[in-house]
Amino acid sequence: MILDKYLRSEVFPTPFCQGCGHGILMQAILRAVDESASDGIDIDKMAFVSGIGCAAWIPSPHFAADTLHTTHGRPIAFATGIKLVNPSLKVVVVSGDGDLSAIGGNHLIHSARRNLELTVICANNSIYGMTGGQVAPTTPCGIKTATTQQGSTEPPFDLCRLVWGAGATYIARSTVYHIRELIKYLKNAFLHQGFSFIDVISPCYTHFGRRNPQRAGATPSEMVLNLKNIAIHAKSPQELFTFPSVGTLSPPSGRTCNQKDRILIGEFTTI
Amino acid sequence: MKKFLQGNEACALGAIYAGCRFYAGYPITPSSEIMERMAVELPKVDGVFIQMEDEIASMGAVVGAAWAGAKAMTATSGPGLTLMLENIGYAIMTETPCVVVDIQRAGPSTGQATKPASGDIMQVRWGASGDYEIIALSPWSVTEMYEMTIQAFNLSETYRLPVFLMADEAVGHLRESAILSKDISVIPRSGKTDLPPFGNPQDNSVTPMPAFGQGRKLSVTGSTHDHWGYRKTQSPEVQAKSVSRFCNKILQHLGKICSYEKYFVSEDTEILVIAYGFTARSALKAVEVARQKSIKAGLIRLKTLWPFPYMLFHPECFGTSNISKIIVPEMNQGQIIREVQRVADRDVFSYNKSDGTVITALEIIEKIEQI
Amino acid sequence: MKEYSITIRDDLCKGCAICVEICPKNILAMSPESTVSGYLLAQIIEVKKCIGCMECELHCPDLAIEVIDKNEKVPAG
Ligand code: SF4
Ligand code: SF4
Ligand code: SF4
Repeated sequence: MILDKYLRSEVFPTPFCQGCGHGILMQAILRAVDESASDGIDIDKMAFVSGIGCAAWIPSPHFAADTLHTTHGRPIAFATGIKLVNPSLKVVVVSGDGDLSAIGGNHLIHSARRNLELTVICANNSIYGMTGGQVAPTTPCGIKTATTQQGSTEPPFDLCRLVWGAGATYIARSTVYHIRELIKYLKNAFLHQGFSFIDVISPCYTHFGRRNPQRAGATPSEMVLNLKNIAIHAKSPQELFTFPSVGTLSPPSGRTCNQKDRILIGEFTTI
Repeated sequence: MKKFLQGNEACALGAIYAGCRFYAGYPITPSSEIMERMAVELPKVDGVFIQMEDEIASMGAVVGAAWAGAKAMTATSGPGLTLMLENIGYAIMTETPCVVVDIQRAGPSTGQATKPASGDIMQVRWGASGDYEIIALSPWSVTEMYEMTIQAFNLSETYRLPVFLMADEAVGHLRESAILSKDISVIPRSGKTDLPPFGNPQDNSVTPMPAFGQGRKLSVTGSTHDHWGYRKTQSPEVQAKSVSRFCNKILQHLGKICSYEKYFVSEDTEILVIAYGFTARSALKAVEVARQKSIKAGLIRLKTLWPFPYMLFHPECFGTSNISKIIVPEMNQGQIIREVQRVADRDVFSYNKSDGTVITALEIIEKIEQI
Repeated sequence: MKEYSITIRDDLCKGCAICVEICPKNILAMSPESTVSGYLLAQIIEVKKCIGCMECELHCPDLAIEVIDKNEKVPAG
């Protein structure tokens, strides 16, 4: 298929679980690379940097490109060093929500503030997948995890609002169901001159879905298709700030858990 | 070129001379002058300076810079080093050449930020997780702050690992006349090769450091990996082979890596002082005075702390000597002394000080006389 | 009218059924046979009605499915 030239075919099949959203995101990133060829994007002039977790395995080792699989939470720091030394490389960070916003939160906000030309793709499954399904800073209220058996009680981060506050100049959110839009956003991010961030809702059935079938979907495929029902397209970028949501599957309003699952998607800032 | 300057500044100038073109750091006393000087010097040579949000990020950026093709460095002190160890471990695992300067201060924790100590000797040796060997150098003068920084870069390029420059605050902040030689040879970053990036499959030896953007489609990971960088997280063979490379690339070259100086060490020497860093300055004075008093004392000054020069104590060169007692004065509660005790078949005495002041010659003379 | 052919690689398919459920024309179904890795394989039941919308290929997490435009012998889409 057309993506073969971007893949290390010898490492397939992927280590991801059946129906994992990260495989779809993997495909979206490579299609965005392929479709950006006319805009000068060349995979041999890209560096993919990832942290630790299932999401970090999207580029490493699957992409036939320079890939740096780093330590937990730190990919943006490594990416900063690469970009500053070789500005001709397109440096793309692909990592999970826990990696980027919990242990790596400090690096995320500071790189957004610096507005260095990096693309950060957050594969957001709203849980810690690889370590066995523990609660994450993005886990919606009420969601059962390995460490919140009665349901999570802490309000989750809205990562798009977070990086907006920190100074990111391209911000978008999509889901792996909305793959054509996602590819468009990825292409826009690759061409953006400055810090770009894309929050990609990517289901983890194994840990999130299995424990919360009523809210997430009873099978991997149901979970992916359910994204169609819960995603709402932003009518304007400003809606990021008015939508009664912090952007994950079950947003709280204030500190009260709001059981209505919906996600605002779209491009929020394109300075 | 002779110049009157501070140890930390000499370190920065040595780094520039060695070809360092990237510095990422975070402010911490007593190392900050290195960062401040790098911020001034790097733009003059088209290098990049960045102050990061913390030491974890600084070390990450240094490793990223090295993979983008630059010689890179950071500097810190004990508490900052603790944060850096995560990504230092990554640099060890990914065989990334870079230099980490630790200007040691009294600890633990925040301790006394402006007071000298040698408390991090074991932290650099064992601080990262897992099995590995490292290289750590210990300067005793401003001239050596310059020269050993260059040497640290050369060693890191040769053996592909992070190399530590372990000065104590007293040497970092020392101001004295120093020689900044322009005749020291510099090992350049290796050019493009087709060899596997992580060890030669034939003999498991170190291969040249590649760079991103060369079209090699490198796979670099902190997980256990084969010679091509593919994760092998279940293979006992690959795990064993990796650790053996990380250790043997150092242990098989002890003779080339280790350096030390001997003062008044001859057939007649009975009492041997082993010292490093600022303490070695006092120890040299003490040994001189002892000799004047007809005490047969000698000094070995360790310039390399890690790998420890075990061959120094090999029975063949040590066994027949008259040395019966060894004193190891240290600005800590006894760190290098443990290595000496492991290999020296003699009575080993410690002289320890952890009060944030340097060990004086007088204190060492007293100890020599006492034993 | 355009005609399409679909290939499903049984060495890659993990039987998640995303392609089956997302296809607007019910071209695909899960086979009762398992793949080499022990998953149920997606299979083609009525390729003639395929409209080449690419939804199945784009949403396959395992890059196992490919839609080809038969006349042009190139990937659809
Ligand atoms: S644990 Fe979750 S995120 Fe990880 S591979 Fe499985 S489904 Fe995907
Ligand atoms: S989406 Fe892909 S992996 Fe899932 S059943 Fe269809 S072909 Fe198989
Ligand atoms: S291309 Fe469209 S119509 Fe054809 S099988 Fe795939 S999803 Fe169904």
